[in-house]
Amino acid sequence: MTDTMTGKPATAHIEGQQHPLKLYFLVWGLLFVLSAFSYMVDYAELQGMLRWSLILIFMLMKAGLIVAVFMHMAWERLALIYAILLPPAAVLAFLAIMTVESDYTFATRAVVFSGP
Amino acid sequence: MAEHTLHADRAQGLDGFVKDWSSDQRAFKRVSWGKAMMWIFLLSDTFVFSIFLLGYMSARMSTQSEWPNASEVFALHVGGVELPLLLIAIMTFVLISSSGTMAMAVRCGYARARKATAGLMYLTAFLGATFVGMQAFEWTKLIQEGVRPWENPFGAEQFGASFFMITGFHGTHVSFGVLFLIIIATKIWRGSFDRPGRTWLKSGAGDYEAVEIMGLYWHFVDLVWVFIFAFFYLW
Repeated sequence: MTDTMTGKPATAHIEGQQHPLKLYFLVWGLLFVLSAFSYMVDYAELQGMLRWSLILIFMLMKAGLIVAVFMHMAWERLALIYAILLPPAAVLAFLAIMTVESDYTFATRAVVFSGP
Repeated sequence: MAEHTLHADRAQGLDGFVKDWSSDQRAFKRVSWGKAMMWIFLLSDTFVFSIFLLGYMSARMSTQSEWPNASEVFALHVGGVELPLLLIAIMTFVLISSSGTMAMAVRCGYARARKATAGLMYLTAFLGATFVGMQAFEWTKLIQEGVRPWENPFGAEQFGASFFMITGFHGTHVSFGVLFLIIIATKIWRGSFDRPGRTWLKSGAGDYEAVEIMGLYWHFVDLVWVFIFAFFYLW
């Protein structure tokens, strides 16, 4: 695997993960800026789909930066990347199931709590 | 080492992934067992936190009463002005800062800069402890306002249970991280990572990989906070 960030071959990392300091500072700065943005979403009292999509976008960008650069996943081999990053996709299936289930519970409660 | 570097770059891409997984003895080439096991532990932890957040989602979606407005519940009065989520924002910045200092520590570790590595790890631990301290303040404030796992004055009863369980579990992770940071930093400071011989944290003199593995855990704690911040406080 060629190191996409530095252009050096990945074999340079056998002695450990050594990446340019500038990259770390860039990511660090970006994390601050993205956190400030997500805080601003609340401060500006945005609502509805705009609020939720902005929250999700900033969240996923922050998560991606942390995993890829700070946790060095960008420089690992596919064998490890797939083993760690693919299984959490199962959570999405669970999310779908629980959404349906919660809607059902909500509807049932609406009927029962309204009383005879 | 020589044996697996020899085979390491034989094939890349999807083809290389299939070859790695179907190969003899080890699937994760050029990754030490310590690091692979930390990743697998973090994967299991991902499921734990995912399920907490899904539980919170189910409670929030199925309740008949209004969910408390986090923006108001977690607001702070500063100089007569009510600032929404102020403490949470500060906590977020403290934790991100600690992730940055941890990344620096890992880098210094691989450069064998003993004192810089230990110093940065102590700084990371200090920021982590600050985070836990602010969380304790937040818990105290909410408990004084009458928030309990079974009831609260703001709205849906499930709010308290979700809040205490999710932030409590995360705070526990941070606390244990601080503890381990101090243990490893102290060993580094004393120079035990530069002495020959194998211990449970190193395979020989100058083996600083434990710092990177510790870093993986610490960044994961920050990562979980990113999700909690988005789903619990902002949603």
